Amino acid sequence: MALTKRRDTALAKQSFDYAPAPEAVDHVKIADRYGLFIGGKFVEPKSGKHFPTINPATEAVLSHVAEALAADVDRAVEAASRAQQSWGRLSPSRRARYILRISRILQERARELAVVETMDGGKPIKESRDVDIPLAAAHFFYYGGWADKLEWAFPNRSPRPIGVCGQVIPWNFPLLMLAWKIAPALAAGNTVVLKPAETTPLTALLFAEICQQAELPPGVVNIITGAGKTGSLLVQHPDVRKVAFTGSTEVGKLIQRSTAGSGKRLTLELGGKAANVVFDDAPLDQAVEGIVNGIYFNQGHVCCAGSRLLVQESVAGALLEKLRRRVDTLRLGDPLDKNTDIGAINSKAQLEKIEGLVESGREEGAEIYQPPCELPAKGFWFPPTIFTGVSQSHRIAREEIFGPVLSVLTFRTPAEAVEKANNTPYGLSAGVWTEKGSRILWMTQQLRAGVVWANTYNRFDPTSPFGGYKESGFGREGGLHGLIPYLELN
Amino acid sequence: MPDRVEVRKTYKLYLGGEFVRSESGRSYQPAADVNIPRGSRKDLRDAVRVARGAFAGWAGKTAMNRGQVLYRAAEMLDGRRQQFIAELGGGRRAGREVDAAVEAFIWYAGWTDKLAQVAGTVNPVAGPYFNFTIPEPTGVVGVVAPDEPALAGLVLRIAPALAGGNTVVALASEKSPLPALTLGEVLATSDFPPGVVNVLTGFRKELLPWLASHMDVNAIDASGCSREELTAVEEAAAANVKRVVKPNGRRARLTPQAVTDLMEMKTVWHPIGV
Repeated sequence: MALTKRRDTALAKQSFDYAPAPEAVDHVKIADRYGLFIGGKFVEPKSGKHFPTINPATEAVLSHVAEALAADVDRAVEAASRAQQSWGRLSPSRRARYILRISRILQERARELAVVETMDGGKPIKESRDVDIPLAAAHFFYYGGWADKLEWAFPNRSPRPIGVCGQVIPWNFPLLMLAWKIAPALAAGNTVVLKPAETTPLTALLFAEICQQAELPPGVVNIITGAGKTGSLLVQHPDVRKVAFTGSTEVGKLIQRSTAGSGKRLTLELGGKAANVVFDDAPLDQAVEGIVNGIYFNQGHVCCAGSRLLVQESVAGALLEKLRRRVDTLRLGDPLDKNTDIGAINSKAQLEKIEGLVESGREEGAEIYQPPCELPAKGFWFPPTIFTGVSQSHRIAREEIFGPVLSVLTFRTPAEAVEKANNTPYGLSAGVWTEKGSRILWMTQQLRAGVVWANTYNRFDPTSPFGGYKESGFGREGGLHGLIPYLELN
Repeated sequence: MPDRVEVRKTYKLYLGGEFVRSESGRSYQPAADVNIPRGSRKDLRDAVRVARGAFAGWAGKTAMNRGQVLYRAAEMLDGRRQQFIAELGGGRRAGREVDAAVEAFIWYAGWTDKLAQVAGTVNPVAGPYFNFTIPEPTGVVGVVAPDEPALAGLVLRIAPALAGGNTVVALASEKSPLPALTLGEVLATSDFPPGVVNVLTGFRKELLPWLASHMDVNAIDASGCSREELTAVEEAAAANVKRVVKPNGRRARLTPQAVTDLMEMKTVWHPIGV
């Protein structure tokens, strides 16, 4: 394979000449050790075990968090079961007020949460500051408002809570995924036991403090930390009546299998391999911004990332030229720097997975392009990468990479674009770029995906349902539809 | 000697719009005087294949058109009311069951062009975007009919699946397969394009595991399953993250949820600007 070198590197060089603009961290307090948040208090784990959580940009240990094992999971579920009685019967308007209180505290502590999210997960501060934290607060505000309006949302269907929810979330949007899970669950009158990902537990533990600050009744929200084993104990606990999982399709299938026959309600939000389809009449400069946002947002650690670019053959050359030029200007480095576009890869394991798949792309004959950029010596990093000459059978066109790696394929006709876009077991999201309105609507009909962005990409909102077709999972989060998985309905 | 020798009917699978024997050539006898095709794994595979092939066409029809076809199924079924009553053992109860099945086709026919208005939303996002959510069919749906009621139980499952724009592979009750096979004749004369709905008979234990694990089936309505069957179905369904509709301990009833259970919600974003 050949690393394509661009002729004019002058522009690229120039773009990296930014003065450092690091976000201050002195207002943030991270404890050396965290227990489990059960029944409204931080308690020591019965397992007696803790594990470190690190900053993936520096590999420095930030804190040690508890590992919840069977006895701890039991205790958390018990606390949630006890709280369920009174929380489910609390008048809906009072339930709403607690949830709205949480939303407000998230806004008040937004800066602190953004910094910790970036330190623990590696994402650029401008993303945690402008996307993750505001959206998390907005989710609580939106669902807080639903808590006392459920009868209007589902007339004649006597909406009732399900009970204890076991929720397992990923490391790519830690606090935001927590909000997606907890806000609708509480609004519907359920109590929760939530397990954050083992590499990004800190904002969930800060959220536990926020629950205390909000004086949320003890046991309504319980946060237990740990890895896959903890998650598996939680979803299989007999007193958990509802399981919600966001993560890989592989683990989602294990959970679906392990909850078989249990009568538990289940929603899964799993992987994706989204097609971002650019037609020849698309505004190319806008499309380039959308493609970059689609695949390089959050280092590509996004289940709905636009990881397959399908571009109409007649504009492929022009588009790729613009795209390379744009990618050359992306700034990779300190996630806490306000100018950083691409932060650290979340973990060593994830970096190795990305490297392995990129290697397979080279071996299978795709052509790689990476802009000239220096990777910091410490931490986990991967440069923005574009593969061209990709065929549908390549692993980089079929498997979710979950990193800043774009696979470019071409098409000639709209029918071919649809065929290629849908040629995947996934069906989470898709993008369409064209100026022709009728074609946008036709494409959005044809694409088998739960979210379709037309002339935009990676937009999220609490009012907007999100979730997959096919092996990308089932159930929706966000919007009116996001309440359904958390309610018993006649 | 009887003065009239009845012309007996050969019961066949309804598959791809045709009436066929099981490729296996086997049959079984749930009652002494009938031979029912004992469908095989290959028949099931064929049924899924034709259902997949028919999906784009059926899902792509206008909602009004799908409603008209489902309504015609009600007309055809009502026209054969006496035959079904006889096959269900006669009596008032059988009459009520046929009426319930007819009603189900009519009721779900009416939902085809109304569901998006009840289950869809326009979402007021905090930004300059037009954003809406609409229901879409999930794809190929496997339906496991309950033993009782053999006709209405099946119709109350396939009608909502078809109303939503899915194509269907139905496993008839093993014990009482006759009404399901005769229902195939109703479906065949109701303008469903070939492959949109397929009815298989045979042994549950021979067919169900393959339906539940088939990688090209998107959802399975398991409300006709026993407890043990359900656990096995749910386990097998995980292979391709199938949606599983579980029995809820009650008899099927008319509810739009039966349609949305087998539908996906699609959300579309578009910027607003000049």
